[in-house]
Amino acid sequence: MELNNTQKKVLLQGNEAIVAGALAAGCRFFAGYPITPASEISEILSVKLPEFGGTFVQMEDEIASMGAVLGASLAGVKAMTATSGPGFSLIQENLGYGCITEVPCVIVNVMRGGPSTGLPTSPAQGDVQMARWGTHGDHPIIVLAVSSVADCFSVTVRAFNLSEKYRTPVIILSDEVVAHTRESVILPEPDQIRVFDRVKPDVPPEWYKPYADNNRSVPDMSSLGDGYRHHVTGLVHDEKGFPTQNPQEIKQFLTRIHKKISKGFQDIQITKNHHMEDAEVFVIAYGSVARSALRAVRDARKLGVKAGLVQLITLFPFPRKAVDTYLRQCRVAIVPEMNMGQMSREVGRVNQAGCRIVKHNRIDGQLITPEEILKHLTTV
Amino acid sequence: MLERAEIIRKEYLRHDKKFPHVWCPGCGNGIVMGALLRAIHSIGLSKDEVVLASGIGCSGRLPTYVDFNTIHTTHGRALTFATGIKLAKPELSVLTVMGDGDATAIGGNHFIHAARRNIDLTAIIINNATYGMTGGQYSPATPYGAKSTTSVYGHVEHAFNIAELAVAAGASFVARSTVYHASHLEQMIKKAIEKRGFSVMEIISNCHVQHGRRNKLGGAVEMINGFKERAVTIGKAEKMNPEELEGKITIGVLTDVEKPISTDEYRRIAAEAKEKADNITKAKEKNGIKRYEE
Ligand code: SF4
Repeated sequence: MELNNTQKKVLLQGNEAIVAGALAAGCRFFAGYPITPASEISEILSVKLPEFGGTFVQMEDEIASMGAVLGASLAGVKAMTATSGPGFSLIQENLGYGCITEVPCVIVNVMRGGPSTGLPTSPAQGDVQMARWGTHGDHPIIVLAVSSVADCFSVTVRAFNLSEKYRTPVIILSDEVVAHTRESVILPEPDQIRVFDRVKPDVPPEWYKPYADNNRSVPDMSSLGDGYRHHVTGLVHDEKGFPTQNPQEIKQFLTRIHKKISKGFQDIQITKNHHMEDAEVFVIAYGSVARSALRAVRDARKLGVKAGLVQLITLFPFPRKAVDTYLRQCRVAIVPEMNMGQMSREVGRVNQAGCRIVKHNRIDGQLITPEEILKHLTTV
Repeated sequence: MLERAEIIRKEYLRHDKKFPHVWCPGCGNGIVMGALLRAIHSIGLSKDEVVLASGIGCSGRLPTYVDFNTIHTTHGRALTFATGIKLAKPELSVLTVMGDGDATAIGGNHFIHAARRNIDLTAIIINNATYGMTGGQYSPATPYGAKSTTSVYGHVEHAFNIAELAVAAGASFVARSTVYHASHLEQMIKKAIEKRGFSVMEIISNCHVQHGRRNKLGGAVEMINGFKERAVTIGKAEKMNPEELEGKITIGVLTDVEKPISTDEYRRIAAEAKEKADNITKAKEKNGIKRYEE
């Protein structure tokens, strides 16, 4: 997505930029339940969606919101919900349904401190592993993180595109700092935004197999009512969509839904590297913490430390290839996060280069400051 | 009649691979399926415009067997999926099939809110007073004193009156019938589908395997005959006192009211909002400003 510098700057909040990104990506359905600090997304979409010919509905809870989102997407409309930690817990059941039935949709979780009602208005990054493993069963998922208002726009567009391309729910993790910070950004012209739409079947209806393997391992997807009548079920199903107990078919199906994500790994894993060319120590960060980290890296450079930052946009599937290169290049990796080490765990898992991993964790509802990270950069 | 049965067998059932069905011989679910298909057929809806969504349980398997757009959703959530489908594509006829536990226990909140919201959906609830598929535990429709695998000493809670719950929650149309009254059932389902707005069809059915056996209600035949004996029409019931009504099943239309349907209302306000926004955009474009810059 190229930016045109002659364009006018706009002052936006993270949550507002998510709305702009969703609308630009073609989202025309939103179902949600009010929760701090994600409510602005609902509020603004309740105004904007009708203007764009879309539909907004406030459901009775987050379980219902997720059900409505899946229903709308099955009907052929790009759909999204937005919530925060406690609501994200409720979403998990139908999120699993979206995974097994391969329904594209986007779920925004503006993280707040937990567990339970936790810290409603404080930032945290405690839902990272829940985004990966929160729903039952063994399934792949795509999880993206935003760290700035500009990210909120572009990552949301990306989330919709990935979800349509791979027929899967995509989760965006934001946090309270990103959600409520106002920044001036330049949004791309609508015609500069690449939008991907799900591939629809073009065979005669009687030939259509809604879960058939193909070279992308992503089956073509029809919409309800367009003549390709078929069965959708949360039970493990055969390629026609009907429940199966046949071990061969079960294995084929579950292998394919993992394969479609691993095939697209290069395309899905997004990282942003800052000052990594000659870095000897580096920070791996995501979300608002990546902003602090960038500042710390720049300050460290001024002090003569060869520091760099790898900012994770894709959290899952974990961008192991991108990270591995730098684990081999550098002697120390610092992983600051507003949890007890949910991503440093992933970094440790893929670290085969013997790089020293230094965790830096904060769980008191406060953003990790550049100074805290700088201290590590200058002493490790 | 035979001819119609033949059309339904040929036209609407998914014969390849989907049969034999999972239901026990004599289960009321089959009667409901037949009545539902005949009702849809007589309305003349095309198979492509019908979406049938179900929850989990024995009744949840119904959509598997019939050739519409069918969705077997999560337990209790059929109405939430149906709401999304209807709002996204209002031209579809969206029906849900749920069991009593499915619709009023885990799905109870969705059920009352769907009624309140008054989206143009049809909710068919097969009430057999138990959780059949999981082995006969008590449900919100299990009568006081009844035995189940989780109330072997006799049930100490009281049952929901599902149809009356729907009326209280604001459904536009509510009717009740039983699997004994096959043609009445068909007529009621037809009315429920044809009604615009949220309509609820409660169907008293038999789970002789899990509920009947434990409560000495006999097999399928005895249970279904029992519905015949206990049924009174709404008209008759109105003239009876509470003692006389004890243990009876009132059948017929409980409520049929006209009120704004939120699906339609939403289209109306959305069209107005869009027109306003389009005018503003046009004015801005004249001045060289693009949409996302607002
Ligand atoms: S368990 Fe009961 S409800 Fe389920 S199929 Fe058997 S008779 Fe019908």
